[in-house]
Amino acid sequence: MASFKIFEVAGSGMNAQMVRLNITASNLANADSVSSSIEQTYKSRQPVFAAHFQNAFDRLHGTATKVNILGVVESKAPLQMEYAPHHPMANEQGYIFKPNVNTVEDLANMIAASRSYQNNIEVLNTAKELMLQTLRLGQ
Amino acid sequence: MKISFDNALGLFPKSLELRAKRTELLASNLANADTPGYKARDFDIDRILQEANPRQIPLQTTRPEHLAPSTDGIEGQLAYRVPQQASLDGNTVEEHIEQAKFAENALRYQTTLRFINGKISSLMLALRGE
Repeated sequence: MASFKIFEVAGSGMNAQMVRLNITASNLANADSVSSSIEQTYKSRQPVFAAHFQNAFDRLHGTATKVNILGVVESKAPLQMEYAPHHPMANEQGYIFKPNVNTVEDLANMIAASRSYQNNIEVLNTAKELMLQTLRLGQ
Repeated sequence: MKISFDNALGLFPKSLELRAKRTELLASNLANADTPGYKARDFDIDRILQEANPRQIPLQTTRPEHLAPSTDGIEGQLAYRVPQQASLDGNTVEEHIEQAKFAENALRYQTTLRFINGKISSLMLALRGE
């Protein structure tokens, strides 16, 4: 256990899952944020993960691969338009716009993210334990 | 009669090194469990140890641009895992399988450590001559 790369790998995995969890939280929190135009309406977001390779050699022979977050994309799903002329946010035609957040999908996403986070913590703990045992070698 | 640490420890240090590498690789697989297009990888430690021949002549590098030969023997041994059930996004990591392999690898690492510890104890005993 000479290298500490495993901590970087598990750390990057935890970071990625935490970002995913945060994005899921904002999706769920904004599930009912209505507005009076399409542009102003909150759109469901998702992070994009990618494996982090330093170079081509690393891609073929490297053993430690971290997770990168390439960016956050907004959902292209259509927004919900609702006729509510008495709503304070209604536009001239009497319509309000609701976000395209799918709460069921986001809840499932939240559970998956938290499970993956736990997985990475488990890896971290095991690696730490193995390293400490190696340090005690010969005692 | 002399005591040689290399002879006494045998293949165990090499095995420990390979196990550590495999821990890293399996950790990468688990960290990338949700990365689209990521392919899970693994390597066969037993095969590398069988092929590890101490009398083998190492590849020489005569120019600074040459890639240094690997000392761990993993190069060329890394293989992609064949998934039981591939997912649509091209990711072949199956968390339960990787978890099982990770646990197995950690246990074998500890076993190797225990063997090395035993060897070191024997050497200490011989040195003390009690």
